Amino acid sequence: MSQLFREPANVIINRIKRGELTAEEYISVIIDRINNMDTKINSFITKNFENAIKRSREIDKKIQKGEKTGVLTGIPVGIKDNISVKGLKNTCASRMLSNYISTYDATVIEHIKSEDGIIIGKLNMDEFGMGSTSELSPYGPVRNPWNHEYVAGGSSGGSAAAVSSLQIPISLGSDTGGSIRCPASFCSVIGLKPTYGSVSRNGLISYSNSMEQIGPIARTIFDIVPILNTISGEDRMDNTTVVLKSQYRIKSLEEILSSKLRIGILSELIETSEAQIMNGIQEKIKVLEKFPFDLEDTRLGILDFAVAAYYIIAMAEASSNLSRFDNIRYGYYSNPEGYDWRSYFAKSRSLFGDEVKRRILLGSYVLSAGYFGKYYAKAQIVRSRIRNEFEKLFMKYDVLILPTMPVLPFKLGERISNPVDLYNLDLFTILANLTGFPAISIPAGFSQEGFPFGIQFIANAFDEQKLIDLAVLFEKEFDYKERFESI
Amino acid sequence: MNTKPVNEDLLKIGLEIHCQLTNLNTKLFCDCLCNYRNHLPNENTCPICLGLPGSLPLLNKRAIEFAAMICLAFKCKIPERISFYRKNYFYPDLPKNFQITQYNSYETSSIGYNGLYDFANDSSHGKDKSNINNNKPTIRITRIQLEEDPGKVTYEEDKSSVNNYTLIDYNRAGVPLVEIVTEPDFSNPSDVRIFLNEIINIFEYIGVCDPTLEGSVRCDVNVSLRNGKKVEIKNISSFKDVEKSILYEITRQKTLIMHDIAVQSETRHWDEKRKITIPARSKEEEEDYKYFPEPDIPKINLGGELFISRLKSIMHELPAERLNRYTNLFGITDHSARILVNSKRISDFFEESLKFYQSPVEVSNWIINEMLTKLNESEKHENIDKISIEKLSSSSFYPKLIATMARLVDEKSINRSKAREIFDISLRTGEDPLEIAKKLDINKISDTEQIIVLIKKIAEDQPHLSEQAKNNPNVYNFILGLIMKETKGKADPKVTLELIRETLNTSS
Repeated sequence: MSQLFREPANVIINRIKRGELTAEEYISVIIDRINNMDTKINSFITKNFENAIKRSREIDKKIQKGEKTGVLTGIPVGIKDNISVKGLKNTCASRMLSNYISTYDATVIEHIKSEDGIIIGKLNMDEFGMGSTSELSPYGPVRNPWNHEYVAGGSSGGSAAAVSSLQIPISLGSDTGGSIRCPASFCSVIGLKPTYGSVSRNGLISYSNSMEQIGPIARTIFDIVPILNTISGEDRMDNTTVVLKSQYRIKSLEEILSSKLRIGILSELIETSEAQIMNGIQEKIKVLEKFPFDLEDTRLGILDFAVAAYYIIAMAEASSNLSRFDNIRYGYYSNPEGYDWRSYFAKSRSLFGDEVKRRILLGSYVLSAGYFGKYYAKAQIVRSRIRNEFEKLFMKYDVLILPTMPVLPFKLGERISNPVDLYNLDLFTILANLTGFPAISIPAGFSQEGFPFGIQFIANAFDEQKLIDLAVLFEKEFDYKERFESI
Repeated sequence: MNTKPVNEDLLKIGLEIHCQLTNLNTKLFCDCLCNYRNHLPNENTCPICLGLPGSLPLLNKRAIEFAAMICLAFKCKIPERISFYRKNYFYPDLPKNFQITQYNSYETSSIGYNGLYDFANDSSHGKDKSNINNNKPTIRITRIQLEEDPGKVTYEEDKSSVNNYTLIDYNRAGVPLVEIVTEPDFSNPSDVRIFLNEIINIFEYIGVCDPTLEGSVRCDVNVSLRNGKKVEIKNISSFKDVEKSILYEITRQKTLIMHDIAVQSETRHWDEKRKITIPARSKEEEEDYKYFPEPDIPKINLGGELFISRLKSIMHELPAERLNRYTNLFGITDHSARILVNSKRISDFFEESLKFYQSPVEVSNWIINEMLTKLNESEKHENIDKISIEKLSSSSFYPKLIATMARLVDEKSINRSKAREIFDISLRTGEDPLEIAKKLDINKISDTEQIIVLIKKIAEDQPHLSEQAKNNPNVYNFILGLIMKETKGKADPKVTLELIRETLNTSS
């Protein structure tokens, strides 16, 4: 069987463009791989194979005619199932939307299509993005490719696992509090959460609007750059997007080293992580010392209320965003006979999962009259203080380094019964969402048991290029490619 | 009228007026048409106004300008920065189960606040003679906010329990709505009526809303008596019923007080058929709307004074400003000026007529005394504004006609009854009044030659007149009388008198 699925997207794109490989040949290799692999991983909710083949033939025709093709020519992109693709089911891994078919393309999907990328299917996740293990899905949990009895991380678990298990080279996830970076860390892939406002959320089913962004997942930073360029930029359909100055690119080593990056190391956070993660990350940082960078230990003052503030805001927004799922305009079949609208709403909305219900209830509570000042307003104060503190740090540093997750992947079902424990694991990732700053998780090694962990970089707003530069350096220094042989 | 309130009742009435910005092209947050009327149900919708998953609100910037114009008309303060809030409640007509609106409890987010409406300057109370008194209240405007209209629910039957189905039409969902909230500063139901009429007039002037469209302007009322609890009346579909509902509510509350029953703070619905207020479900008033800032719409920096002065420069003249111009600059009486200004259509007609003939007083006379009277006669209707507005669009009256009539009277010195005769003919036949005047032999009489011939003839017939005239100027008038008799009153008296003087002096 062809091993083409092991190749990164940038290699494939060039081969297809040069005519050494047809998009159709490649897509059928990918489809075979998914059919073989995903029975074990469970990363797909909807497969879009027929359309994908059709699309690949159209791309081949373009190439034969000598027409110009896009930066994602022939590349299958997997889409988290909370991003709208016209004509495909958009379940958000919720029984509430099990039959809902999107009537329009999200802006990011339009962009991928116009760059000749191929939408290969919709990927599994925690219901409505609420979770950090991808176990909370009516389609069953996503399994960690490195050990199928372990969680893949979440909520974009399907997006990370499908890329990690060599089914697809690139996927899109969404990151509200680490939902791209956590599974990237658990699955040993690269996941990037862009600056708030740099990628259109039009078509992304909202969980917490003020914090979430769509972002890419890939196995190499060389594949992150073209997809990031494809999806970024101002969008008329999203009032919170902004105009970006320039395209991102892969710089040469010399160019990267020509500017003296100032790097702040959040040692406290590294030291509070599991021992193997702490050791692994400290080792990586040591290697950085050979480059002409300014490395310095630094710390964040206010972290005590970060998790509380994050969950108050996220749940408040979620409780409102999820109100629209009342089964009137779309949803699933539910016989209204004998119900007035109130009881029909109540009946219909009972199909939300327990974690979603928990967040709706808590979110409604913190917004109630009389509690707004006690919870939501305070959470916003904490949020702006955290942002202020980060802004101060970014006057001194270009990039901050910290672990992505304080823990290694754990067993399926192990922590599912203790939500607060799980919430607390988000501390390192929510910072970028509370502040809106861009953050990337890149593979940082493996534990003795063979579980991956990630290292996280956070940069100032719209400084994604610095994250990319550092990721390029890391990838040159620490290549885990051979590890994928075991998958 | 047995419920005429007196001061010791301490009647306090506050209003919440909803006005659709019907003159915008598109809805508040999407590209669907603002004009949702005359569409098939749910035809004028898109993913945004249907609240489909993943859709985001896209703010219509012109709606902000329109709303700000309303704020300026009510002398509201306009903040530098405004924002939107979500009002969360479940209802089938609300696609997202929250309404994007503005909310001032946590910050000043609304487009306008702290406004004023002064009855002294309004344009409508003048004609309402029964209500003229000198201590009309100044109405404080609490705030003016911009929000989206929900869809429309149609029940199979009035009683919801017996319904087999309910129809929902989202064509209206997302239509820009401006809410004007007043302090409870009204102490008289008739003031409310005058105020509402004036509001409608202002909307027409600044061109943000066509109040003749069904459902484009709606009003909720709150009423309290003797510092008691406030009762809110909702669902009043027509402005005519607003006054009725207040009067009903006063009677109801008085009766309660008479029987020593405390008035409950509650929301009541206006029953249009029975003309009474009925209690709304108690749940409705306990609703907690869980307001919080809308995350999908960034705060909007309006631009302060620059924004306001730019708006003022493109904004249509307000009725109060017109009234001021008509009385002070044109010298039109206050009474007449108010009649003109009270309807934008009439006032515009007046302005249009002035373009043909710059004589404001005479033109206004023709509009008020002749044209409006005729319009009123033609329809047996008591509401002068309404007829005029409807009839003006298709009537045989046109500005140039009125201007010409004014000119005929002014310049040709035709007397009024003659002028009316010409006016009637013109209205009947559509003929140019100048032509009619010519045909009627009216114009020729100001032909000096003809008059001089007559004067000379009289002077020859009665030679003593020339002599007497030297000592007694009254002789001129005597001769004028003879000429008028001769010409059957068609001679221009001014011209003739001048000619008599000249002729007699030169001949002597």
